[in-house]
Amino acid sequence: MSEAGIVKEKDDPAVVFRTRGLTKVYEMGSVTVHALRGIDLELSSGELVVLLGPSGSGKSTLLNILGGLDTATGGEVSYLGKDLTKATERELTEYRRYHVGFVFQFYNLIPSLTAVENVSVVTEIAVKPMNPADALAVVGLADRLDHFPSQLSGGEQQRVAIARAISKNPSVLLCDEPTGALDSETGIVVLEALERVNRELGTTTVIITHNVDIAGMADRIIHLSNGLISEVTKNTAKRSPQELHW
Amino acid sequence: MKALDHKLWRDLWGMKGQALAICLVIASGVCTYVLLISTMHSLNLTRDSFYSEYGFADVFASLKRAPEGLRQRISEIPGVNQVETRVMANVKLDIRDFPEPVTARLVSVPDSGSPLLNRLFIRRGRQVDPSKDNEVLVSEAFADAHRLIPGDRFGAVINGKWKTLVVAGVALSPEFVLQSRPGALSPDYKRYAILWMARTPFATAYDMKGAFNDVTMTLSPNALTGDVIARLDELLDNYGGLGAYSRKDQMSNRFLSEEFKQLQRSAQIFPTIFIAVAGFLLNVVISRTVSTQRDQIAALKAFGYDNMSIGIHYVKLVFVIVLIGIALGLGAGIWLGRGLGRIYMEFYRFPYLLNVLKPSVVISASLISILSALAGTLYSVRRAALLPPAEAMRPEPPAQYRRIMLEYLGLGRILSQPTRIIFRNIERRPVKTALTVFGIALASAVMISGRFSSDAIDFMVDVQFRLHHREDMTVTFTEPASGKAVHELQSIPGIEYAEPFRSVPAQLRFGHRTYRTSIEGVRPASRLYQLLDLRLKVVDIPPSGILLTDYLGQMLGIKEGDMLTVEVLEGSRPVLQVPVAGLAKQYIGLMGFMDISALNRLMKEGSAISGAYLATDARYQQQIYRKLVETPRVAGVVVRKEEIKNFYATQAEALLFFTFIATILGGIIAFGVVYNSARISLAERSRELASLRVLGYTRGEISYIFLGELALLTLVSILPGFFIGKGICVYVARALESDLFRIPVVIEPKTYALAAAVVIVSACLSGLIVRHRLDHLDLVAVLKTKE
Ligand SMILES: Nc1ncnc2c1ncn2[C@@H]1O[C@H](COP(=O)(O)OP(=O)(O)OP(=O)(O)O)[C@@H](O)[C@H]1O
Ligand SMILES: [Mg+2]
Repeated sequence: MSEAGIVKEKDDPAVVFRTRGLTKVYEMGSVTVHALRGIDLELSSGELVVLLGPSGSGKSTLLNILGGLDTATGGEVSYLGKDLTKATERELTEYRRYHVGFVFQFYNLIPSLTAVENVSVVTEIAVKPMNPADALAVVGLADRLDHFPSQLSGGEQQRVAIARAISKNPSVLLCDEPTGALDSETGIVVLEALERVNRELGTTTVIITHNVDIAGMADRIIHLSNGLISEVTKNTAKRSPQELHW
Repeated sequence: MKALDHKLWRDLWGMKGQALAICLVIASGVCTYVLLISTMHSLNLTRDSFYSEYGFADVFASLKRAPEGLRQRISEIPGVNQVETRVMANVKLDIRDFPEPVTARLVSVPDSGSPLLNRLFIRRGRQVDPSKDNEVLVSEAFADAHRLIPGDRFGAVINGKWKTLVVAGVALSPEFVLQSRPGALSPDYKRYAILWMARTPFATAYDMKGAFNDVTMTLSPNALTGDVIARLDELLDNYGGLGAYSRKDQMSNRFLSEEFKQLQRSAQIFPTIFIAVAGFLLNVVISRTVSTQRDQIAALKAFGYDNMSIGIHYVKLVFVIVLIGIALGLGAGIWLGRGLGRIYMEFYRFPYLLNVLKPSVVISASLISILSALAGTLYSVRRAALLPPAEAMRPEPPAQYRRIMLEYLGLGRILSQPTRIIFRNIERRPVKTALTVFGIALASAVMISGRFSSDAIDFMVDVQFRLHHREDMTVTFTEPASGKAVHELQSIPGIEYAEPFRSVPAQLRFGHRTYRTSIEGVRPASRLYQLLDLRLKVVDIPPSGILLTDYLGQMLGIKEGDMLTVEVLEGSRPVLQVPVAGLAKQYIGLMGFMDISALNRLMKEGSAISGAYLATDARYQQQIYRKLVETPRVAGVVVRKEEIKNFYATQAEALLFFTFIATILGGIIAFGVVYNSARISLAERSRELASLRVLGYTRGEISYIFLGELALLTLVSILPGFFIGKGICVYVARALESDLFRIPVVIEPKTYALAAAVVIVSACLSGLIVRHRLDHLDLVAVLKTKE
């Protein structure tokens, strides 16, 4: 497979994601849930963005749509100028395969595979991946390569999930509450890994969190509430993860 | 895809119990298929090669006597290729240390030693010497039964004269692969023999020099058999021809073909059941696996795996299970095939058995299994793969429960809470429940249909030998005798009562349909030979008119009151019109029955009889045999008890073999279905059950909830299983019915009981295994995990 499928139509080279009037409606029998009510957003290359917002505000929904895991109900979303709402199933698969690194809220490791195999699942189909063991070393798990998820703590599992996401050297890294289950010390280790990838490889990174303190490491902080962007703040005093604490 | 393959093996290991159960079901299907089909192929090939190597004839005819010159005219019939004339006779034998009556068919071989047609395979010894008048070749089955070897001697009554014969060799013929006395229930190797003697001494003994009474021939490839037979019958009519027939109606060949038909039928039915069950089990197991792995599938998709590679991953899982099953099945099928081949070789005498396993059998068995397994699983795999990843990542919505019917009826109060859970669970998934019940039902159906032939045979024997035939011995005369012969028999010490019968060979005709058989003249209110109506009630023979075997009536399309044309094949060969007085039930053979005096009147022959049924005093058996063997007029004696005993002896091994296999396979299905449903419910409901435990329910109570459901389904499945089993039996019986025999659909209560028992025991066994897991349910672990 090639990297085809994503036409790099660079009207503004800096813009990686652009959404216009993005909506998502869930129909559940008689109940309709408006998860997203019209999101206008631009994310630039190499940017580290933190998404904040109360539970149910639509953060995961937005991230899923950006990552090609879900489709919008209305509006537009484009990646490097390519309209994701019009992409075929196959184009979406290739987009996910070659461009996106995902860290899920619930880790989603494959229980029957060891840590290093969980990473290999991704590197085996990527173009210029890292060595799985190296990726695990980045998150401080060099000595836990052959452990199964059930033999790892929640935080360790989350770190495997991050190793898995960064191992393919993605162009965008989408993380849904990567530190949700972690104490502040391990949380910082994880965030450092993310920050390093962002800084060294210029990976556009979006991090969802409930933790306002984490916003300190972002270039921009986007607040969602009730399916809409309620506030965007530029972080003028960007801090490294070590300087954070909660 | 290396990492995914690791997942494959570990997933497989995680469900090894279920995978093994499915493997076994598939193996059973493949095994029965390979066993039955390859045995059929092997026998078929062996038969064909034996027939062609040893010149099995195409057309056969017996007659009273014709000059050798007629041979030329026969060979001039268009389409006839090679012709060989023979002399044949029925003889009585006296074997040392075997005090029962033995009869044999004596067949001539040319003096040159080797017949043109129906050539002999000499297993031991040598050809007969035409210059000796006492040398014979003995059929192998008979020689084996009596341990006769070349050089051994035994007594025989040849054309009324006592003679000692010497065994020159032991032989096999394509004409007598199955050696069965005409009219007998089964081959009898101890009491019936085929002997071959050189033509010259044979003809001399029977006063048949320059004449023949039997002819066989081969036809050219494009000859029309029917035409040849018609021309031959015309030619032999003046010489007492008994009607020519083709290879397809030749006794030994006929039985062989019926056997193949039976194998073929079974090879269709049983593997189909197994493969269907396997498909169902795979579907259940894989859809369960897929639904527990929804989030894993979603993650894989999120990383860029496409639907195809995810689908292939699960298909591989199915493949591994199916391939192991196929391999096990092939192995078992080939191994059992050897055993079955040996059993058949006892029955059918071939010089050799060519074992074949056609690649096409292996391929079709594999393809059928693979395709049905895929059909069973593709749907769930597809559904999982098509789910958008974000959707799939969420756990499946909680199951929808409803109040059950019983509760709406206001009966809810009488159910305890756990019982209510059982019923709600069953109601929640009607399709799955129905399929599970159906699957378990198939287990008892397999058992029943596997044991069915044994029950049917018991019943047939009972009807044939306890209701129909009630005599101790049957004596047949060489030629029709006067009624006085009965008094002579009765004067033999030990014979308490004798009842004459007349048997007239005839061609029965109605419209354009004909059937060649014999008409039995029996005494009204006979004590020793009873006729049965369609409901197996004893009926008296009507004073006039003819009763026909029910199946013969169907074949001829004739009913009570119609006029039947009877072309007698004996004496002056009159053609008569006889009204049909009714139909009589008979499972073996087809014939007509008349009042003996009515038959005598019709034949214009006074009080002629063909033989007699005897009631004897068991203490005098041996003296009676001896006396009868010495009576020149007596052609043969059949002892009813011995015939039954022999019948069971010849069938026993085969019956045991099939019952054994059916029991094992039925058990496998029951176990496979019950175990799989148990494991899956356990997986689906361990949280619920653990929660109940935490709430204070005892192990016993949660076992009741869980195993109660399975017990209920197992019990519910038993009755449908009986019906399906019976349905299969009806199908098999219908498919196999022929003029030779009709298998009654009789299933003994003990067969039903055994089927139910095997199913229940298998269910209990899997219940116990699952209960063990249930007892060791790790409450903390179960409740901690998300889902
Ligand atoms: N599949 C679905 N069907 C119906 N409603 C849904 C579905 N998925 C999400 N929602 C609803 O959409 C809204 C947004 O959900 P989303 O998961 O994006 O919230 P979130 O901001 O990520 O919340 P949290 O911080 O709790 O993870 C919520 O009201 C949620 O209930
Ligand atoms: Mg969320």
